[in-house]
Amino acid sequence: MAAFGVLAEYATPADLFRACERVREAGYTRWDAHTPFPVHGLDRAMGMRRSRLPWIILVVGLGGAAGGFVLQWWVHNAAYPLTISGKPHFAWPAYVPITFELGVLGGALAAVLGMLGLNQLPRHHHPLFEVERFSRCSDDRFFISIEASDPRFDAVATRQLLERSGAAAVEMVEDPA
Amino acid sequence: MIARDQVTVPAGHWLTRLPWVAGGVGVLATALSLVLASGNPRQFAFSWLLAFLFFASLAIGGMYFVLVHYATQAGWGVVVRRLAENMMGTIPLLALLFLPIVWQMRELFPWVNALADGDDHLIAAKAPYLNTRFFLVRAAVYFTVWVAIALLFARRSRAQDRTGGTAISLALKRISAPALIALALTQTFAAFDWIMSLDPTWYSTIFGVYWFAGSFVSTFAFLVLAIVVLRSAGLMKDVITLEHFHDLGKLLFAFTVFWAYIGFSQFFLIWYGNIPEETIFFRERLEGSWRAMSFLLAAGHFAVPFFFFMPRSIKRKPGLLALGAGWMLLMHFVDMYWLVMPAMHPHGVHIGLSDLAAFAAVGGLFAAVFGRLCAGSALVPVRDPRLAESLSFENV
Repeated sequence: MAAFGVLAEYATPADLFRACERVREAGYTRWDAHTPFPVHGLDRAMGMRRSRLPWIILVVGLGGAAGGFVLQWWVHNAAYPLTISGKPHFAWPAYVPITFELGVLGGALAAVLGMLGLNQLPRHHHPLFEVERFSRCSDDRFFISIEASDPRFDAVATRQLLERSGAAAVEMVEDPA
Repeated sequence: MIARDQVTVPAGHWLTRLPWVAGGVGVLATALSLVLASGNPRQFAFSWLLAFLFFASLAIGGMYFVLVHYATQAGWGVVVRRLAENMMGTIPLLALLFLPIVWQMRELFPWVNALADGDDHLIAAKAPYLNTRFFLVRAAVYFTVWVAIALLFARRSRAQDRTGGTAISLALKRISAPALIALALTQTFAAFDWIMSLDPTWYSTIFGVYWFAGSFVSTFAFLVLAIVVLRSAGLMKDVITLEHFHDLGKLLFAFTVFWAYIGFSQFFLIWYGNIPEETIFFRERLEGSWRAMSFLLAAGHFAVPFFFFMPRSIKRKPGLLALGAGWMLLMHFVDMYWLVMPAMHPHGVHIGLSDLAAFAAVGGLFAAVFGRLCAGSALVPVRDPRLAESLSFENV
């Protein structure tokens, strides 16, 4: 069995904060912090960059709006021109509600699906769930996991870094897959 | 918790001279307006109405902000609330500045003379609502409601600066919801009376919401500008942070979209129905230079700001946000001009000295009262129970 990575447990948010800063400064990129409740400012301590999600939403939202407009233009002017209440075939004000709705629909779907995709969700299992102590992550303990796939990962050095970072416990995590 | 010198305008500060300068400009411009009125009373009446409506938008919008704040028990914006209270504190002044409109209502509202002549059937049918006496009674009701709300909320909030505690916040929370209903109804009918009845045979039921949308946009724009000025004067530096700018920017963005939504809804239904007595409003505004102004509004009040205010980074840069806010205030003036002036100048946009004089008159006096109110108490509700929450507020 290959190693998934290493998991460190902390007793308080303050310990976790300091540890996150040290992991960040050590230059790790494939790692995460796990807390039972939102800890404000943790994203900064971890050095997380802004999500790419807004750009995805913008592009898909504008695409949805453009698609909605073009569809109506095509239906009313190319595919099946009908005169409706004496209006010209290209009656653009009538296209606006659908254009708007498809823009919103595209943006909303991109937001939800993009969020899931960027978070690599849904998945039905995760190697950390094999770790007994990790169940306290949803109760009263704070964790950092560093993955073995991180280019800076070293079975000995990474473990030592976490042990020196104020962790209450550190253990290796196997990847059952 | 917060340094006293951060939230009070110190004596002798250049900001304390500003209200007097603005007031002086206001008085001189009022005199100029009245001189111009003797030459062209009709132009004076329309210019004054336009200026009055623009600044009434700010006062009423500030009142909405305060009331919504209490009704939702908002925490983030407590540091901004006092400025909005000072905006609505100009309502008694605006009641005074409404008098020239009463004086010249014969010039403004065609139904006044049409009723006397009795030859227009459409207007005669509306006489039970559109008559001079009921118009004045309604205006009195609007101003009574607004002055009552403004004085009550502003005074209780200032009293809390001395007493602290939660009693005042809870009492104001309880009356904020009924006050919101009263404000929404009075502003709706004020929009019907003061703007829509300039063309008494035309009607649109969404019209009150349209004025509200524009007034709320300009309120956030004014708040952003006021905060930038105060911060450049060395005040509020640690009190109002980038987080508050960010939220004001979000609201500015949101209500820019809301304005477009309401404006298009109004246009859309009239366009679809295609009934002459309704389409006349847009026909007038899609001819000559009014057409250019209509497109300027669509682009400048919606399309361009929609993308300008969208990025997070813009909302967190006070300089750029203030640039956008100044632009939105200008666009709200254009919007009000576009609503009011076609009744005076159906053949095209015609901006004259009288417009500038009336704007300087109402604006100068508005700025004077707003400035005196800002200097008269702390710039934030210093003992509001939610102040700490507001000071440490962060966008997630």
